[in-house]
Amino acid sequence: MAEKINNKSVLLNPFSKNNPVIVQVLGICSVLAVTAKLEPAIVMGVSVIAVLAFSNVIISLLRNTIPTSIRIIVQLVVVAGLVVIVDQLLKAYAYDASKQLSVFIGLIITNCILMGRLEAFAMGNKPWPSFLDGVGNGAGYAIILVIVGFFRELLGSGTLLGYPVIGKWAYDAGYVNNGLMILPPMALIVVACIIWVHRSRNKELQED
Amino acid sequence: MENFNIFIRSIFVDNMIFAYFLGMCSFLAVSKNVKTALGLGVAVTFMLVITLPINYLLETYVLKAGALTWLGPEYADVDLSFLSLIMFIAVIASMTQLVEMAVEKYSPALYASLGIFLPLIAVNCAILGGSLFMQQRDFGSVWTAVCAGGGWGLGWLLAITAIAAIRERLAQYSNIPRPLRGIGITFILTALMGIAFMSFLGIKI
Repeated sequence: MAEKINNKSVLLNPFSKNNPVIVQVLGICSVLAVTAKLEPAIVMGVSVIAVLAFSNVIISLLRNTIPTSIRIIVQLVVVAGLVVIVDQLLKAYAYDASKQLSVFIGLIITNCILMGRLEAFAMGNKPWPSFLDGVGNGAGYAIILVIVGFFRELLGSGTLLGYPVIGKWAYDAGYVNNGLMILPPMALIVVACIIWVHRSRNKELQED
Repeated sequence: MENFNIFIRSIFVDNMIFAYFLGMCSFLAVSKNVKTALGLGVAVTFMLVITLPINYLLETYVLKAGALTWLGPEYADVDLSFLSLIMFIAVIASMTQLVEMAVEKYSPALYASLGIFLPLIAVNCAILGGSLFMQQRDFGSVWTAVCAGGGWGLGWLLAITAIAAIRERLAQYSNIPRPLRGIGITFILTALMGIAFMSFLGIKI
């Protein structure tokens, strides 16, 4: 790691060049499972940003006191504690969303983005860059969630955030919602399309 | 009979990868060839079979609302279920460590083939997901938990081996658009197999 870390690039790189979902391929499980509608996708994105930013800060503060042999367990405990807080907050203030997300809030604990960032960044950097890194990666993840959720809800149910956006005239003219988009496998296809577009614009990311 | 039903359902209908998309990270990263895929699949099955019954007992006798009545009637309205996430992940992480040590001691050959995958498993969402689904579904007995764990594990093994086999062939025989190579085409493959697995929906035994 270079001596001087550019805070701006730490924050902004994860949006495109180093996106956790489509470039590093981390945290895919939840991308697929919670994006049938836009609303749970947004809630999930915000939860991940919060958990990632704060666990990065905590691990970064503890980084010189954690013995290497048990660091995975320490990281899991810190993350699990934060996830429990988020879980209880959602149950209290956004009960419907927390019902829709079911086990996937709990699964933030094993979201590979978290372990990946904690291992790769927070263990070796000061708290403030770690916080920015957490926010950046969380936001990079949330962007993909929102894009996938947007297309799946628009094409699958003809609504956005629950409000109908496709007019009645379209249905009268023979337009039909594509029920396939609501099924989980279509999330994979949408992500694959995002990867396709992204990699054809960033040639250096292409694999042989 | 009911347990057998749950076992079969867990393999095909409730397949961890194609129905719930759990454990996708290691699924995508380790599915480049069949041999390593098989190794990881066996390790995941093993951990699911071990951790699910332990977490089931923990859930029934410690965490559930009113589960502590066996300590005395005054504990009847204690509800520790908000602790379940931490307890489950602690069990999984420590079991992974324990199994790793035991395998290293008693079967170096198995350790050599599984070795690198075992630590990965603590953060495989299929394992924690199994425990959370178990909590949601109120299984009747420990044996049901064992059967569900075995079924989910085998389903995961089946999925990763199948994808790895396809990817091995794909690399030799097909001409994929450059931006889609590698991870992109794997997503599409998984989606197609997921759609195929949906045909198992509604099957009752």
